[in-house]
Amino acid sequence: MQSYTIERKIGKQSVLLDKTVTLVSSATVAGPKESLGPLSAFFDRSYNDTILKEKSFERAECHMMEEACHLALAKAGLSPDDIDYFIAGDLLNQVISASFCARRLAVPFLGIYGACSTLTEGLSIGAMLLQGGFARNILVATSSHNCSAERQYRYPTEYGYQRPGYAQWTVTGAGAVVLSSEAGEGPRLESITIGKVVDAGIKDPFALGVAMAPAAADTIYNHFVDMAREPSYYNLILTGDLGGVGKKLNEDILAGKGYTITPNYSDCGVLLYYPHQQVGAGGSGCACSALVFLGYFYEKMLKKELQRVLLVATGALHSPTTYLQRESMPAIAHAVSLEI
Amino acid sequence: MKQPKPPLLKNIIYAFLFGGGICTIGQAILNLFVTLGVPEKQAGNPTVATVIFIAAVMTGLGVFDDIARVAGAGIAVPVTGFANSVTSMAVEFRREGLVLGTGSKMFALAGSVIVFGVVTAFFIGLISALI
Repeated sequence: MQSYTIERKIGKQSVLLDKTVTLVSSATVAGPKESLGPLSAFFDRSYNDTILKEKSFERAECHMMEEACHLALAKAGLSPDDIDYFIAGDLLNQVISASFCARRLAVPFLGIYGACSTLTEGLSIGAMLLQGGFARNILVATSSHNCSAERQYRYPTEYGYQRPGYAQWTVTGAGAVVLSSEAGEGPRLESITIGKVVDAGIKDPFALGVAMAPAAADTIYNHFVDMAREPSYYNLILTGDLGGVGKKLNEDILAGKGYTITPNYSDCGVLLYYPHQQVGAGGSGCACSALVFLGYFYEKMLKKELQRVLLVATGALHSPTTYLQRESMPAIAHAVSLEI
Repeated sequence: MKQPKPPLLKNIIYAFLFGGGICTIGQAILNLFVTLGVPEKQAGNPTVATVIFIAAVMTGLGVFDDIARVAGAGIAVPVTGFANSVTSMAVEFRREGLVLGTGSKMFALAGSVIVFGVVTAFFIGLISALI
């Protein structure tokens, strides 16, 4: 049997990148509720309706992703021809937003599904492809749409019911980012930690934050162990969409394992909306981490207000079928460490 | 694991007020039909139809779900809730076509109400026939 030396793998779950992987440009497209939130000034394009003159919510979501891709490419001064791989995913069955977006881009495409962890899953795969010398430029994109997600996962959009206070609001929007093997102004991907699927046994499909927090805590814990780092190494540890309830739980689990992350910890789902916008425990969905990180924190990193950020997007991997069959909700989180 | 509890007392009060309000409106409509000359015993059916119609129109205009978020069981338990579950599905799946969309999905939420309503009625009928 031939033996291989795996040089870049660190510890159990992490990869240290020694080649340059730069986030050269990012773009965000936001829906109406997101455009009224506290981060509205940081999105490249905002819509005040959910249908975007398209014939369905699914088309509208795809439209947003296409727009985010073209904006990100334009900012990087690239055309689709310069892209070696397009890696994208979303929440809908058969990742249709991503596939249909790829249909128009016409570049080699890898469709991925990681529920709301898609952004960091895409960044991780893209970073490893660049590290391996398989590409020069990679486009990573993700999207979610409140109405298309509601009708697939829950009820029709006009159905009247009371959501529990810990429920979260699926974000309408899309984000895209260009990864390049050439050094640029943007932040660099320094290391990644691929998450394990963690199932806390939660069966309530509204309790997403509670179901995902143990997965986030597991990945963050393993990142610290693998990389031999303390939480204070980072200016900011940012989870994707745990919301208020899940954020607290994540802090508690990590504190129990000896890591206090509270002073430099935040969650995209908590930051995206004002409390009066009636979103329950906060935002969720693929676009949640995409809008908050690629819109707001990417800019903060460019201005060097933040130098080291650990982005941990989290996803619940259930489907409407599994919860009707009384299965619990497995969850996942992938972490990427960014530096500038 | 700790989860925030729903505001039970607030929900109950709102459900009582909205539910009572809908029933008062229903009674007003029934009285109107009686004044228009419909015999009191038969005025129930057109009243229910009118309330269903109002709920369906409100669903179509997109205001029903906003009210229901506050009213909760107060609007879900009366016939308004049933009307909303049918209309919202009909509207939602219009884009998948009239036959395989609206037509077949319309009763996906309300279907179980009909099924178990009929089953219950059958057994109640059976019991009353035996007694």
